[in-house]
Order: sequence, then C-alpha cells, then structure tokens
Amino acid sequence: MTTTTLAPWRTFRTGKWEQNVDVRDFIIRNFTCYEGDEQFLAKPTQNTLDLWKQVTELTAKEREAGGVLEMDTKIPSTITSHGPGYLNKDKEKIVGVQTDKPFKRGLMPFGGIRMAKNSCEAYGYELDKETEHIFTEYRKTHNQGVFDAYTPDMRKARKAGIITGLPDAYGRGRIIGDYRRVALYGVDFLIEKKQEELTLLENDGIMSEDIIKQREEHMEQIRALHELKQMAESYGYDISKPATNAQEAVQWLYFAYLAAIKEQNGAAMSLGRVSTFLDIYMERDLKEGILTEEQAQELIDHFVMKLRLVKFARTPEYNELFSGDPTWVTESIGGVSLQGEPLVTKNSFRFLHTLTNLGPAPEPNLTILWSTKLPEGFKKYCAKMSIESSSIQYENDDLMRKYYGDDYGIACCVSAMEIGKQMQFFGARANLAKALLYAINGGVDEKLKMQVAPPLRPITSDVLDFDEVMERYDVILDWLAKLYMNTLNVIHYMHDKYAYERIEMALHDKDVLRTMAGGIAGLSVVADSLSAIKHAKVHVIRDEDGLAVDYRIEGDFPKYGNNDDAVDSLAVDIVNRFMNKFRQHETYRNAVPTLSILTITSNVVYGKKTGNTPDGRRAGEPFAPGANPLHGRDQSGALASLNSVAKIPYENSMDGISNTTSFVPKALGKTEDERTSNLVSILDGYASKEGHHLNINVFDRETLEDAMEHPELYPQLTIRVSGYAVNFIKLTREQQLDVINRTFHKGL
Amino acid sequence: MIGRIHSIETCGTVDGPGLRYVIFLQGCLLRCQFCHNPDTWDVKGGVEKSVDEIIADLQDYLPYIKNSGGLTVSGGEPLLQIDFLLELFKECKKLGVHTAIDTSAGCFRESPTFLRKVDELLSVTDLVLLDIKHLDNDLHKQLTGMPNAHILKFAKLLAEKNTPVWIRRVLIPGRTNDPEELAALNEFITNLGNVQKVEVLPYHTMGVYKWEHLNLEYPLAGVEPPTEAEVVRAKEILSIPTES
Repeated sequence: MTTTTLAPWRTFRTGKWEQNVDVRDFIIRNFTCYEGDEQFLAKPTQNTLDLWKQVTELTAKEREAGGVLEMDTKIPSTITSHGPGYLNKDKEKIVGVQTDKPFKRGLMPFGGIRMAKNSCEAYGYELDKETEHIFTEYRKTHNQGVFDAYTPDMRKARKAGIITGLPDAYGRGRIIGDYRRVALYGVDFLIEKKQEELTLLENDGIMSEDIIKQREEHMEQIRALHELKQMAESYGYDISKPATNAQEAVQWLYFAYLAAIKEQNGAAMSLGRVSTFLDIYMERDLKEGILTEEQAQELIDHFVMKLRLVKFARTPEYNELFSGDPTWVTESIGGVSLQGEPLVTKNSFRFLHTLTNLGPAPEPNLTILWSTKLPEGFKKYCAKMSIESSSIQYENDDLMRKYYGDDYGIACCVSAMEIGKQMQFFGARANLAKALLYAINGGVDEKLKMQVAPPLRPITSDVLDFDEVMERYDVILDWLAKLYMNTLNVIHYMHDKYAYERIEMALHDKDVLRTMAGGIAGLSVVADSLSAIKHAKVHVIRDEDGLAVDYRIEGDFPKYGNNDDAVDSLAVDIVNRFMNKFRQHETYRNAVPTLSILTITSNVVYGKKTGNTPDGRRAGEPFAPGANPLHGRDQSGALASLNSVAKIPYENSMDGISNTTSFVPKALGKTEDERTSNLVSILDGYASKEGHHLNINVFDRETLEDAMEHPELYPQLTIRVSGYAVNFIKLTREQQLDVINRTFHKGL
Repeated sequence: MIGRIHSIETCGTVDGPGLRYVIFLQGCLLRCQFCHNPDTWDVKGGVEKSVDEIIADLQDYLPYIKNSGGLTVSGGEPLLQIDFLLELFKECKKLGVHTAIDTSAGCFRESPTFLRKVDELLSVTDLVLLDIKHLDNDLHKQLTGMPNAHILKFAKLLAEKNTPVWIRRVLIPGRTNDPEELAALNEFITNLGNVQKVEVLPYHTMGVYKWEHLNLEYPLAGVEPPTEAEVVRAKEILSIPTES
C-alpha cells in the first residue's frame, strides 16, 4: 500500500456534509451521472482470476466437507477477536475476512448459546466447554432473555407455527450501518460526533429509562468505533482519517462492514447503497490519472469477492427457513435523486459486471432501484445481465422515493430504509392461511388438534358461508395481530439488551426511526380460499371430532394472479385488514409498525405446517412465495400475474411485497435484443403499475432438473427466490422441487 | 360490438414488435395440417366479449405495451370478424396503442363491401403479420384445404396500400421447405415492396395434444420439426439476416 499526503477532500464540491455527517449531501453534490452503455467495462485482471480460482476451489472443498470448511469453536467473534486473514496478501487489493482465515466461520454466542452449540454439532464440531460454561453460567444470551419473558400463549403460537421464523434464536439483522461514513470522514471524526451526541444525552441530568439506555448504547458505539480502528490497524491500515483515494475508500468502507459481520450473525447483513458513493472517488482518481478503468474494476471485483465470502455458522433449522446459506449482503444500485437525476454511475455498471468477471453468484444481493427514468443504457444492461445470470432483483424506486427519499437502501430482500437514519425490528411472519383454518375450527390447530387461539364457536355448516367465515376470520386476526406484536416487543427488547448491534448503530444518527416489521405468509392461499368460498361452493369435510380437515369445492372460482378484481380485491382486503390491526398495538421503543409480504424459502416450511385449505391446496403443500400467485393458478400470461400482485397496496405493506417471476428464455422474445428490450418494458410497466419488487429468473426448466441430478456441473447456477438469490445446488431437494414446480412463463 | 374470443395472452412476445396483448379470436376457414390451435377453428366456439370489455382490460396493460409493444389480434382468423376488429382497432387508436393483425387471409374476398371494410380497417392497422403457407396453389390446397389465389391478392392489396407487413412462413420439412418455392417466395416478397420483416417459424408439435383432445386425426403425424440447419438454409433463401 502507498501512503499518500493528498488532502482527502481535495476537488470535492463543498457543502454541509463537511461540518456534519451527511453522506447524502456529499453524493448529490459530487456524483457524475453516467448515461452511456457497458462498452467501457474492463475484463478481470490476472490477480482477480487467480483469487477467484482460489475461492472456487475453497468453495468446492466446503461443499465436499458438508457445507462448512472450518469453524471457530472457542473464541466468541468480536471486532477484534481475530488477527488478520488473507486469501493471498500479494494479490488482494481489498483485504479482510471475518476470522483469521477465509472460509472459517466465527462463533457467535450472544444470540443464544444453544444455537451456537447446535450449529457446531450439526457440522461435526464441538463447542469449547469453557466457552459454553461462560455463556451458560455467567453471560446470559438473547435467546434466554426472550424465553424468560415469553407468555404461554406466545410459546403455543410459536409451536403451532401460526407465528414462525421469529428472530428469538438467531440475530435479527436487517440493520444497515452507513459504512460509507468511515470512508468519507475517517473514524476519529465519527467518534467526535458521537461524543457530542452523548453530551446532548445528559438531558439536564434527568435520567429516564430511555435516556439511560441511549447513553449506554452510545458508549458501546464509541467503544466499537475504537475497536474498528484497531482491527484495521491489524491489517496495516490507519482509518482514523478519511480515505484519500478510491482504493482506500473501498477498503475503509469494507472494514466498517467487516466489523459488523465479525460481531453480528444477523439474518440479513446488508451493505446499503455504496456504488455511486464509491464512484465519486473513482472518477476523481481516473481524472487525476492515478487509476485506470482496469484498476477501478479490479477494486470492485475484489470487494465483491469479499462480500461473496461472508459466512455464518447456522443451525439446520435456520437453513430450513432460509435455505442456501444466504447472508443478504444487499447492495442497492441506481435510483433517481429527489431532483430527478438518475443516480447511475459507471460504478453501477462495475458492480453488475462482477457477474461476468467472477460469474453469477447469489451474493452480494444485487438490487436495482428501478425507475422508469433510469438511463436507457443502464436499463438495457440490467436486463441483459438478468437474462444471463438470473442474479438480480428489482425494486420500484419511483414508489419508494416518495417515502424514503433518495438515500435509502434495501435491507435483506425488500425492506427499504434510509441509510444511517432508520432501522427495523425484524419480525418474520404470521401464517394467515393457518389463521383462516382457525377461524373455521374455532381456534383449534388443525395439525396439533389443540386449542391455540382463544376458543371460538366453530363453523358447523356443510357449505362455508362467506360472511360467516369473514366474521370469524376477523376475530382471529385481531387476536393474532395483538399476540404477534407483543411477541415482537419481547424479542427486540431482549435483542437490544443482550445482542446490541454496536458498530452498525455507531454508523447511524443519534435519533433513529425504528420500524416494527411484521410479515404475512400464505396470502395467495387465503385469497383463493376466500374466493372459492365466495364464488363457488365449498363443502367441509370433518373428522370424527368434528374438526374441519378437508374441503370439497363445487364449481369454479376466480384465482389470484389473473388480474381479476373478483379475487384480487380479497387479497388487498386481507393485507389492509391485517396491517390495520397490527398498527393498533403499542410497540417497543415506539417503533412504527410495517408489514412485508415475503417468505424467502420458508413458504415450503409454512406449507408443511398447514393443513388442507379451502382453495383446494393439499395439506403440506408449499405456499406460493411472497405475494406470488399459487403455482399454476396464474393462467392469463405473465403480465396479468404481475398486475394482480401490483394491486397490493404498498402503503399498507411498506416492508415490501415480494414477487418472483420466471421466464423460459424464448418467452421473452426471439432474439437477444428483443429479450432485453421486452424485459425492460416489463420492468417499466410493473414500476408504472406501482408493483414493488420483482425477481427475474430466465432459464429453462430442464436446466434446473439437470442441476438437481448433476450439481457438480452447476457450481455457480444462481436463481432468485423471494427477495434473494441462492446457489440452486445448495437448496434442499424439497425446495429445488418447489422452485421447479413454480410457474414458468412460457409464452406461446 | 361483440366478438368471439378463444383466449387472451397478456405477455405475447412473438407476434409483432415488443410486448403484445394478444387476442386469439375464435373461428377459421382454413384447416392447416400443422395448425397448433385447432381448438380455434369452430366459428361457434369461444366466449363472447364486447369491445368495451376488452378495451377496459387492455387499459390495465398500457404501461407495459405503450412504448414498443401493442395489441395483436390473432386466431383463428381475425378477418372473419372484421366488424369487431374494426371497432376494436379504432378504440386502440384512441389510446395510442400499436395494432397488428396476425392473419392468413383465408377469408379475403373482393366484394365491394368487404373491400370497403378492409380499407377502413387498414387505416387503423399499424402492421399485418401475413402467413404465406405455400405459393403453389395445389400444394396450398393440400396443406390448408383452401386455394391461395385470394391470399396472394390480399398481399398485393397491402402492398398497394403500403401497409407495413411481416411475412411469416411455417417451415415444415418435406412440405414447405422446397428451395425453389422458397426462392420464388423471396422474389414475391421483394416485389411487394412493403415487407419490413420476414420470419421463419419452425414447425413444432406442441399443438398435437389439442388434435387428440378434439378427437381429430393429426395429418402430420411422424413429421419432425426442422433441424437448425434447415432453418438457417430457409432463412438464407428468404434473405433473412442471421442473428449475431
């Protein structure tokens, strides 16, 4: 590395960002919009190819070893717990791994010692006895705290799976530190600002519970910032001052992110929105003649390579919910400024170009903030890369900008939040399809055959009456929303207490807007069930105890996914209804309630836990993912399916509405140009219809079937499932089949 | 105005430029041996829909199709319901939607009334996708059950009106891939002067199950789809630039 005496902020346009932490102001004043095409992009350097080969080999070894290559079983992972680690120090332009060597997973006991132990044992490792003793006898964990406070009702709902996937046994994640701050300001400036905030938190000497909590958290943040400097020092970098060039900017930023993933095993550890920020440094270096395009691409390739190496030790139960070892290193790219200028830079292209230089991969979770106002060249490049790699997701910037401005990022899959100003309390999801069965069965779980919701008069008629079902359903949803919110309150109280995200919150403003992000699963099953009850005749089949266990449908009924208001309006009603119930309850830290319609890969698990439903779905069969129509029920073409989903109102599901659509290549058009331009039209159209999120997969079903049989031939085959991408061959067989059985739009 | 509709595909990408809202009309006079939609033949089948209903539905798709796509009416034979087509296209034009007809012109006739209607229709039609199944009248008859003279006349009429046309040829080995005939077709197309694009549609067997479903004997049983080389050869003869 070279030491440089250049002033870090030389040639930058000045503004209020110089006095106070304001990265957005810096970007808006300094970025250079790029309206051209991808012709300028550079090929990978020899170093890049060598390093990637090394990663590929290690990945193969990891797969052979059963999914984990090495684990630390003794030292709890903190920002400074491990010395530096490298792939190849001489070739890496961007350095740093989570432990002292790549592919070695850290031990993270603060979420729960049992989980840490289970994840060791699942891969044939043994947790160090002393460490286990410390975290059992002396140091309480998040998980224990939660279960101390859970009520019997909460435990029952969790067992029945009407509320499930809760972050009570794993890190909640979904907090994005503003990692750019470290590059722009250096750590010392940030510590100084946090000290100033601490003064404000003296609060005239009045120590309320809230102020005490904030003061303690601020001290933890400052401590974490010091440790961040120390960690960077171990790699030979002094990051107390701002970055002076592009290499330093990328490295500083990565160190900040690395500190977060060294300490937190959050369900989603998203990166934010860094590409256009970093482009400012690259443009400056290019102009000053100290960087070539090839070197600029090399920096991004090496950075992205590091992001692809993020790994956590997780339990098999976790993997069942979130299959394929995802980390949700989500990077949000593109979007348009509040002034109407596209925030697309050459670096937006360089990030996508890693899919070519390094091949497709699920991580980082490349997310395009799509606007109809993006430059044509960029739109086409995105579409082209989607068709080639199936590795990109799209979220509607025209829709989100109204709520979050122009410096928000996506956490995890679909959760928008202003960077450094907002965080969320992740709430997994409630199973609304099961709730419908509770409405029919008077609160008795159809699988456990046990009273879970408060006793209600069950429906006894042979044919289900729509009004009667809706009346009962409404009561059940009231109960569910309340229980759900209070369960989340317990979880997040304990997470703050026992597994606080110090470094991520150190890279936030003092006053943070928190959202309480609930979620729902089974939307299409509920919509179709209600449609069947309303528009056809649904007979109930009961067991010897009078419990409704199956349904017989007489006649046809409109199905969600065909742009038919007769049923789509039912889906909309359920979302509005549940959100309105959810937002009535008091929240921990005055968080603002929101809702997502997202299931990741858990649609398979939810389906397994849910009995026969009145829409004709058989017990155990997977739900559709996210807000998707149920497989095979959308029969009017891809656009009709998209239109149905686009009707779900974002204002009542502001944590995101996930939709995954798969095309066989020729259904998009006859030539490559046609396919690209048609995909652009689909994305523009969906954005205009106010659809929120879209995963695009383009491949033949046969490819997936072949990959199931010959995984070794498809090490990098990547597909989008709701909200993230996965290595297809890392999915369980069950989930692979689920993906294959989903609707492929084939055209004619 | 009511039309007989077979089905609607909201995301068509093969019948005209860009994304297409494709309406398949019910009813056809031709009985092509290779037809992959024999379920559209019966002029009494399908469901009835009004122009208003279709336009209301179409509006839901404008954001997808307004830039480079449009609406295509296919079939069946769209010209069999020319009055419906005319009113539908007039409404499309009010919305600024690109209109295309996918036809084999099997019902074209030169009666003054019909010609007047065609005239009016073409004034609101942006593109005609015209199938020329075969140039030889006898072979055409064998293949489709109808002679082709009036179809070729329709092609010439479109040329006179200077209506943009894409010519399409379903390529069936041993039936419609004779090099001499293809060369003649190429010449015919060149002389028309209004043809923007020529497409070779490789014959496929994906519609065979429909024949079975309708209890019809499939006349091309045993005929295989053309090989890649055969398609390339046909494209060369028809002067279609190969994809890079």
